[in-house]
Amino acid sequence: MDQVPILKIGRTLFVSIQIDLQDESVMRLQEDLAEELAATGASGVIIDITAVEIVDSFIGRMLTMIGQISRLFDAETVIVGMRPAVAITLTELGLSLNGVRTALDAEKGLAMLNGRA
Amino acid sequence: MDESKGRMAAFLRDNQDKVVGSWSELVAAGLRGRTSPEEVRHELEELYSLVIRDLSGADEHAAGELRAVLDELSRSRARNGFTPSETALGVFSLKEAVYELVADSADLVPEFLAFSRMVDGLGLRTFESYSSARERIITDQASSMMELSTPVVRLWDGIIAVPLVGTLDSERTQLVMEKLLETLVATGADHAVIDITGVPTVDTEVAQHLLKTVSAARLLGAECTISGIRPQVAQTIVSLGIEFGDIATKATLADALALALRQAGLKVVPA
Repeated sequence: MDQVPILKIGRTLFVSIQIDLQDESVMRLQEDLAEELAATGASGVIIDITAVEIVDSFIGRMLTMIGQISRLFDAETVIVGMRPAVAITLTELGLSLNGVRTALDAEKGLAMLNGRA
Repeated sequence: MDESKGRMAAFLRDNQDKVVGSWSELVAAGLRGRTSPEEVRHELEELYSLVIRDLSGADEHAAGELRAVLDELSRSRARNGFTPSETALGVFSLKEAVYELVADSADLVPEFLAFSRMVDGLGLRTFESYSSARERIITDQASSMMELSTPVVRLWDGIIAVPLVGTLDSERTQLVMEKLLETLVATGADHAVIDITGVPTVDTEVAQHLLKTVSAARLLGAECTISGIRPQVAQTIVSLGIEFGDIATKATLADALALALRQAGLKVVPA
């Protein structure tokens, strides 16, 4: 099973998804992230999905759940680098990722989190 | 059957000059001088010899060639503004031209009947190719209009605008959405203004399309403003009970630009 690495940069956790997301790896990521958030007390999470080309409703829901989990640790989630095709798919599925913020790229996402702090 | 066709072909070949002569006279009269008689005669001679080749049955490619020539003739007539009836009548008048000669010899009646059926088929063929040519023109126009109708313009660094003109159907929304999102990614803009001044009516379907576009842009991290809401459109939106939620709407593109500049932390001051 593929594992998604979680990097800590300052008070932000940085997750770059470079693999085709399987349901298990998303579940694993969710668990890892919760543990990491608890351990580090990070105030923000950036999830980079530039390399993700295909999403389904499950993954869409997982992204929302990651946002909700982070919220419980008082951390804000920013999803960055979504491709147009992915955005269209999520919209067609009726998922608008409530509770999660979005930014065009990692730089803007980081600026967004720093602006908050 | 084949024998009678052969006899007919022989008859037509023997009387080629007479038939083509009176046929082109009939066609030229129908066209009322919009094409020169020489040109008509030339076209008809080609057609006539193909009809003979097809009837005589010696040449298996003749039927295909005849159809191709007819299609081409019909298309060029269509381009020059002739009605399909005029083109088809031109073909049908071949019967008239031949009948003048057949009338004298009673023994060719069954052959003439078969021949007349064939000419009917040819005339209808021109009708079909006329309408397919027209349909192709219409689809070409629709697709070029589609391309023309969805420009994405840059208003400011980080602010883009999509002026929508014309009716918004799902196909167009899809195109607009794709183009808007691609431009957002390509330019790194984080604010988009969708201007609907040129959209004649906003019903629940159009509103649904707009909402979809806005939420897709939000997923990329860009904020959208809808501008160009005319008074009548505002009334329709309210009476239909359409909710734009937390999407900012403005009366004019200028207002939307001002809002976007403010959100980007920019201020316009007199020079």
